[in-house]
Amino acid sequence: MSAHEQAEGYLPHEPEKATLEGRNKILGFWIFLGAETVLFGTLFSAFIALRHNVMDGPTPAHLFELPMVFAATMILLTSSLTSVFAVQAMHRHKVGQMIGWLIVTVVLGLGFLGLEITEFNNYANEGHRFSTSAFSSSFYTLVGFHGGHVAFGVLWISLLIAQIFKKGLTTVTAPKIYVSAIYWHFIDVVWVFIFTVVYLMGKVG
Amino acid sequence: MDWLTTVDHKKIGILYLLAGGLFFIVGGLEAILIRIQLIKPQNNFVGADTFNELITMHGTTMIFLAAMPLLFALMNAVVPLQIGARDVAFPFLNSLGFWTFFFGGVMLNVSWFTGHVPDAGWTSYVPLAGPTYSSNHGIDYYVIGLQIAGIGTLLGGINFMATIINMRAPGMTFMRMPMFTWTIFVTSVLIVFAFPALTVGLVALMFDRLFAANFFEPGNGGNTVLWEHIFWVFGHPEVYILILPAFGVISEVVSTFARKRLFGYSSMVFATFLIAFLGFMVWAHHMFTTGLGPTANALFSIATMLIAVPTGVKIFNWLFTLWGGSIRFTAASLFAIGFIPTFVMGGVTGVMLASAPADFQYHDTYFVVAHFHYVIVGGLIMGIFAGLHYWWPKMFGRMLNETLGKLTFWTFIIGFHMTFFVQHFLGLLGMPRRVWTYLPGQGFDTLNLISTIGAFLMGVGTICFLINVVATSVKPRNAADDPWEDGRSLEWSIPSPPPEYNFKQTPLVRGYDAWWKEKMEGNREMTPAEPVGPIHMPSPSILPLVMSIGLFIAGFGFMYHRMYLIVIGLVITFGCMFLRSVIDDHGFHIEPEEQERGVHA
Repeated sequence: MSAHEQAEGYLPHEPEKATLEGRNKILGFWIFLGAETVLFGTLFSAFIALRHNVMDGPTPAHLFELPMVFAATMILLTSSLTSVFAVQAMHRHKVGQMIGWLIVTVVLGLGFLGLEITEFNNYANEGHRFSTSAFSSSFYTLVGFHGGHVAFGVLWISLLIAQIFKKGLTTVTAPKIYVSAIYWHFIDVVWVFIFTVVYLMGKVG
Repeated sequence: MDWLTTVDHKKIGILYLLAGGLFFIVGGLEAILIRIQLIKPQNNFVGADTFNELITMHGTTMIFLAAMPLLFALMNAVVPLQIGARDVAFPFLNSLGFWTFFFGGVMLNVSWFTGHVPDAGWTSYVPLAGPTYSSNHGIDYYVIGLQIAGIGTLLGGINFMATIINMRAPGMTFMRMPMFTWTIFVTSVLIVFAFPALTVGLVALMFDRLFAANFFEPGNGGNTVLWEHIFWVFGHPEVYILILPAFGVISEVVSTFARKRLFGYSSMVFATFLIAFLGFMVWAHHMFTTGLGPTANALFSIATMLIAVPTGVKIFNWLFTLWGGSIRFTAASLFAIGFIPTFVMGGVTGVMLASAPADFQYHDTYFVVAHFHYVIVGGLIMGIFAGLHYWWPKMFGRMLNETLGKLTFWTFIIGFHMTFFVQHFLGLLGMPRRVWTYLPGQGFDTLNLISTIGAFLMGVGTICFLINVVATSVKPRNAADDPWEDGRSLEWSIPSPPPEYNFKQTPLVRGYDAWWKEKMEGNREMTPAEPVGPIHMPSPSILPLVMSIGLFIAGFGFMYHRMYLIVIGLVITFGCMFLRSVIDDHGFHIEPEEQERGVHA
């Protein structure tokens, strides 16, 4: 059964899995996340290989401001929770609630980005620039790739919110919401590893 | 125009064939130029700089722009048909994958016209490829072109994994899938897990070159061995990405023309997985002489030798399939049967190279060149030729000329062995690879001459094939549904070429070799799994093409630090993504009456 045939009628409990297109999208997206895992895995490997080579720049222990990073971590973890609430609201067909939680998610994502930009700005002022050392290059590449993913997620989810307002919750829009939610969890998980490997391990040397 | 917007997997397969064939000819001409330069000692046909550019572009073009697209051509043309699907899981992404690959390839080859050609070898080792030693734009074409082309490959991998998992016809369980579909599935897994590593390596090198990062700059704490690791973590699985589909083709062709069920089907599937798994564990055998230490070398040495076991399983399965079969020697089956001993020879030298102490002697000599051309040309290209001769009637509705096909086979395989067999001995005598000329009187002269003559003979073989293609294209489209009469899998149960919806009714699969089983029970067509009804099709779209052009423009912007080009390119690309997201594609339906009239691809 095609997507739009169902879209007009009854909406099933899990609308994201109601059509073959939806199931394909979810499966394909999980596979894509597998590829993303390798992408970040390679970035982590490069960072771990290079993280002690600080040259004349500031050391990680001197540089990192854990309270701010911890705040950013909490914000991002909470946003993962709110995106779960959004998907649960979608399963109950509560479109208003879903949009509400999605907006909260986007706002938290923006908060995270704001903190990260402030943080990068502080680091740059302390002489930790992209081309300072192998450590700084791999740091900004790894954390920046993650930040880029967050920024893309914020834009994407905002676009989906606009689409929900216009088209409503259908078997076409539901898989998009679902897939953006698993994307959001994925970048959250990546951040947990960044917090551990980059910041905590950086502090203890 | 139809071809620019198509999302039909059969047409995209033909596009891949055309583009891959074009790049194959470009890469082949580069090879001929290399061989002319080496025909005699102290030759002056091309300069040393040009020679470096030729070997780099030959390798890069053949791997990324010829071999992989030709495989994508076969998998697009065949896999959905073999699993009884109407299309791939993501027709739009399929088209996007083709166009990003194509524009990435075009970008790489534009370098010939701007005068800055990549010249650090297809592996692009740093620091040679870093900004210090390659200060012109040559390597930029490599890093940016391959990133764009790599997006296409990754999308293809994701698409075919999802297609094979989700789109199989009723009754088509995993262990009833044709061997070719199995190998494409495993290859797709390898693509998904290997290509992102290359992307990161290319991004890091690009940052080093364009934005003064220090990943590979030892003076600022960078590490050049890191590049080798990242490249080969991708590069070794890439070898299996290339060869596994060829194994699949050979399995299909051997079993069809021996008119026997494939021997040891389950062990074939298992061996494919084992090769893929081990393929990720052996990358450092490319780095034995880097100095990783005896423990690492020993481990990677043993892991590499282990791969010979599942590969041997496959070789014996093909031999036992042929054993006792009533073999038909068509052009396709000649290529498949020629593949077996040729590939064994490449495998044997592979095990020789896997021995780390011995590798110190072989490393960077023509022995290595001989080895990988035996597995890639003698393995993969022979497999592709077999597959093209075999599936040509299904793709185009016309049978290739058998006489010309056999001529292609004999000139190609004799030329091939002449070119590369002698290179084993050149390597053992100590001729280093990647060197543009050599002194007389070292015992290299005659062997190099033979090698060059062989290369020309391979060129003749390729020309025979092209003549065959042109001659066939003017003949009427009259191939039967099952033109070899011994077809075993689902693609032979539908017209040649298939209508754009492939299967009027989704077939019910009742066993392995589904079509053969029906034929043996006296049925003239597959048992349908659904009534006749309107068929839903995705709409064609121009967006994939435009999106790829956007990336192409942005790539030049990054390379030449032109902000406005970057902005224009990315606005085009992200704008297309935006349009794709907000405009719902409802597709269209083909009604049963239209199906009766036969809507052909």
